[in-house]
Amino acid sequence: MAGAAAHDHHDHKPKGWVRWVYSTNHKDIGTLYLIFAIMAGCVGGFLSVMMRWELAEPGIQIFHGLASMVYGVEGDAAIDAGKSMFNAFTTAHGLVMIFFMVMPALIGGFANWMVPIMIGAPDMAFPRMNNISFWLLPPAFILLVISAFMPSAPGAHGVGGGWTIYPPLSTSGQPGPAMDLAILSLHIAGASSILGAINFITTIFNMRAPGMTLHKMPLFAWSVLITAFLLLLSLPVLAGGITMLLTDRNFGTAFFAPEGGGDPILFQHLFWFFGHPEVYILILPGFGIVSHIVSTFSRKPIFGYLGMAYAMVAIGAVGFVVWAHHMYTTGISLDTQRYFVFATMVIAVPTGVKIFSWIATMWGGSISMKTPMLWAIGFIFLFTVGGVTGVQLANAGLDRSLHDTYYVVAHFHYVLSLGAVFAIFAAWYYWFPKMTGYMYSSAIANTHFWVTFIGVNLVFFPQHFLGLAGMPRRYIDYPDAYAGWNAVSSYGSYISAVGVLIFLFGVFEAFSKKRVAGASPWGEGATTLEWQLPSPPPFHQWEQLPKIK
Amino acid sequence: MRKILASAVAATASFASAVAYAAQPVEWQTTFQPAATGIMEQITWFERYTLWFIVPITLFVLILLAYCIIRFRASANPVPSRTSHNTLIEVVWTVGPVVILLFLAIPSFQLLTAQYSPVEEPKLTIKATGNQWNWDYEYQTEEPLSFNAAMLAEGDRAAAGKEDKGAYPRLLAVDNEVVVPIGQVVRVLVTASDVIHAFAMPAFGIKVDAVPGRINETWFKADKEGLYYGQCSELCGKDHAYMPIAIRVVSDAQYTTWLAAARTDLPGANKALMAETDGAAKVAAAGN
Repeated sequence: MAGAAAHDHHDHKPKGWVRWVYSTNHKDIGTLYLIFAIMAGCVGGFLSVMMRWELAEPGIQIFHGLASMVYGVEGDAAIDAGKSMFNAFTTAHGLVMIFFMVMPALIGGFANWMVPIMIGAPDMAFPRMNNISFWLLPPAFILLVISAFMPSAPGAHGVGGGWTIYPPLSTSGQPGPAMDLAILSLHIAGASSILGAINFITTIFNMRAPGMTLHKMPLFAWSVLITAFLLLLSLPVLAGGITMLLTDRNFGTAFFAPEGGGDPILFQHLFWFFGHPEVYILILPGFGIVSHIVSTFSRKPIFGYLGMAYAMVAIGAVGFVVWAHHMYTTGISLDTQRYFVFATMVIAVPTGVKIFSWIATMWGGSISMKTPMLWAIGFIFLFTVGGVTGVQLANAGLDRSLHDTYYVVAHFHYVLSLGAVFAIFAAWYYWFPKMTGYMYSSAIANTHFWVTFIGVNLVFFPQHFLGLAGMPRRYIDYPDAYAGWNAVSSYGSYISAVGVLIFLFGVFEAFSKKRVAGASPWGEGATTLEWQLPSPPPFHQWEQLPKIK
Repeated sequence: MRKILASAVAATASFASAVAYAAQPVEWQTTFQPAATGIMEQITWFERYTLWFIVPITLFVLILLAYCIIRFRASANPVPSRTSHNTLIEVVWTVGPVVILLFLAIPSFQLLTAQYSPVEEPKLTIKATGNQWNWDYEYQTEEPLSFNAAMLAEGDRAAAGKEDKGAYPRLLAVDNEVVVPIGQVVRVLVTASDVIHAFAMPAFGIKVDAVPGRINETWFKADKEGLYYGQCSELCGKDHAYMPIAIRVVSDAQYTTWLAAARTDLPGANKALMAETDGAAKVAAAGN
């Protein structure tokens, strides 16, 4: 790496704010994405703790108070505004976590940082497009924040339609400007992701180092490639759907209005044609990350590499033809339901291949339980729990009872909050020394893991019971019989919030102590190209392309 | 463990409520509400059946992970193997799950088909229309009967004779229950007047979206008399949590009397029916 280091002095690294705002460097943009994701994650997490606080006991605890603080209403109006505000919180929590936390962290953050390095490329294919793809996100987020303070339904503020924004609740049900702002926010966030996806596809197809065939490419790059295709194919459908929503709201069209010959269910088809691939967009990069971490800390090559790569391809492909399993109760025909049950169950097979391949990678290895490995193994187990409940929910006959209950909430938080988020933290602790050059305190990092692990399981495991007992989701208040498990769930949420504080402290501690990590702190198990560079990597890497055997 | 929990829960339930046969959620419940229809019995059976697959699979993964962490820890196994392929095992863990899925799929498809195959031609059709935030019901009998049902306001308990919070819980009790005869197939037509709602009755195993502009259909055949509660199950705005559904299953004779009286005097008919059913339940509970 002498060449790279020697080159450093005529790097012309821009100084000050110009370096960040005008940045075309994939590592700097990746860093911006990660900082953005951490801030958005804190906002989304705050919303969820408020909801759990509200749900800790039957009755309305805090939202009438919050409503009178924020919107300045009193008495009965405060209670009504509070009920709507709760809906706005569930909506914002979902949108923020999906579009402004998980996607920026995994795709914009870690993929931007690591994919070019891992495939031996100097940067992304379109550096300026990379810049705009990040800088579209803050305005999108600001629009969403503004929408929280705009009128929606009479006496209500903020979008209260759930992240699925089904019409007519999102059209005639909320005539105020809040929904329009949220739609514009989604448009901009979607455009940002589409640009990012084009960039990744081009980079991965055209800029791999000599000798790195697709079948030698690291699994994280594979996972990002597949994710980028999912984004490219699904987001335009969402964009179309919400544009129709916008014209229904403002320009007198009736795509989804039955009184004008439209159909509210059409929106659900469009939404879930995007929405189901979206959940794989959130989890696939995590699959790639976990593969690298398990391999590194078992000091073994990934077991069944090709099977792992093509399992992700299969999940991505089948993910496009299962969308209506979110719609079993909408009145779709029996035969349609039969097909979607069948197609959905098929996804369990490649997912099973991945779980077992991770375990087989560990089998016979020389395993050291460093912090990233803790998170990765936590991911595998919790993703399995969320996966098997997914297999249950695939069955339309059973989903009849579980649809729109807390069982579904538990299921998708096990795969996302405990799956995708654990993968994000695994990646964070795996690559933090590489990105910053500093090693964090593993005592703090391990404490962060255990507090989070206990916290999130306390939040979400009891929600299975609530769902079976029949508690519907998106309820600000519930019959007294549901009080017990709700209280447990709320305590879990407070514990998880402490976990976030420990995380932030750990980051602060690592930067203040400045322990030098070295180029390859994880030893010989870490075989991908990023570990051949110094930590942090030079401003421009691979000026002489690495040769892959 | 689940069984012990379940029976403990069932015991608590029968003590907690004067109307011992009614189905509603109970504290610390970990399973479905007791089934009141054949379909819900099948759903409950199928849910237990899936647990026989998913719990062992999850434990299997957990045990394998724990075994790897302990057996192959760096200090116990300093030299890692370089194995990265084994065609046989890869085929096994692809075909194995397919077989398991087949075991799940067959009863699953049977259940799904049963939900769309009423056991006989329905004699009674009730149309339920979701509004923000209450339900309109219309009995499509020769002389139609229609009424509105909204959540019972706490202040109206005494006037409605519904002071017993065990039988008429907060957020679940309504002013006018839907009354249906036991052992008869009832067709429910579901629609909505403003935004999407969902008509759900956990003990009956039914949930169907109420979508403006279209009429969805479902059916149930209740096997046990009692008072059953469900809640709106599709986000519909501010008072989504406050538009419960209550169905009272009564004997044929009670139903006929109620229907005749309800056409002219709904509150009177409801009170008369309550006097019979709740009174009988209290006697039954006392007799236990």
